[in-house]
Amino acid sequence: MSEAIVKLHYDIDAEDFTTAGEASSGVKKTLTRLGVNHEVIKRVAIAMYEAEINAVIHANGGTADVEITPERVTVIIADNGPGIPDLDQAMTPGWSTATNLVREMGFGAGMGLPNMKRYTDEMYVDSKVGVGTKVTLIVNMNRQGA
Amino acid sequence: MTVKEVAEKLGLTVLTGEGEKEITGFYSCDLLSWVISHAKAGDMWVTVMNNINILAVASLVDVACIVIPEGVEIYDNLAERANEKGITILATELSAADVIIRSSDAVRGIDA
Repeated sequence: MSEAIVKLHYDIDAEDFTTAGEASSGVKKTLTRLGVNHEVIKRVAIAMYEAEINAVIHANGGTADVEITPERVTVIIADNGPGIPDLDQAMTPGWSTATNLVREMGFGAGMGLPNMKRYTDEMYVDSKVGVGTKVTLIVNMNRQGA
Repeated sequence: MTVKEVAEKLGLTVLTGEGEKEITGFYSCDLLSWVISHAKAGDMWVTVMNNINILAVASLVDVACIVIPEGVEIYDNLAERANEKGITILATELSAADVIIRSSDAVRGIDA
């Protein structure tokens, strides 16, 4: 891929879920166009989709900022939602506070944060109750020499 | 074998898309977080979920197609968006298990 740094910004709209996943799909397209390794693209897409969905489910939307460098992809998803009172609990696979409606749509399996952790090289969650949550996801390019 | 060829052989209804992709595997699950981390590119994905979010998952995983089994209803806005995104959705009265068993037989050249 080229040496240039690519920066992308998306507004994540809640809109009854109809556009959820648009930001992750857009990033996937850009990474594909840049010729990034398939495994890296998959990991970024999964982790970012989970974060994007969380912003929609729990915070009525938010923003996504993505920076692509030759070394890594950094995704920051920020929202002004309710915040996470107990992060350890939220990180537990299967733990979910999603509503029944959200569960009926196929979400709320309690796998969002665990999936983000599993598919990234670094993950940081900065959350304040009543203020919002910022999730930083980093996937390194170098695993397979991409 | 392509999605279209399997659909023709099994009598599955092609609701959206061209069905040009090759089927290289099979997957069935309705929990979207599970699907996105376990399904593979080229899979035929069978799910009873019929909301718009299955399209983002299908496109991120790059599945060969989505199959909605057991006569589950598909709404216009889902079909419309799937066509926009070029995602093939098949519909059938068969169960998830039957769709996968029969499709797998078809892909492997086994006549039912």
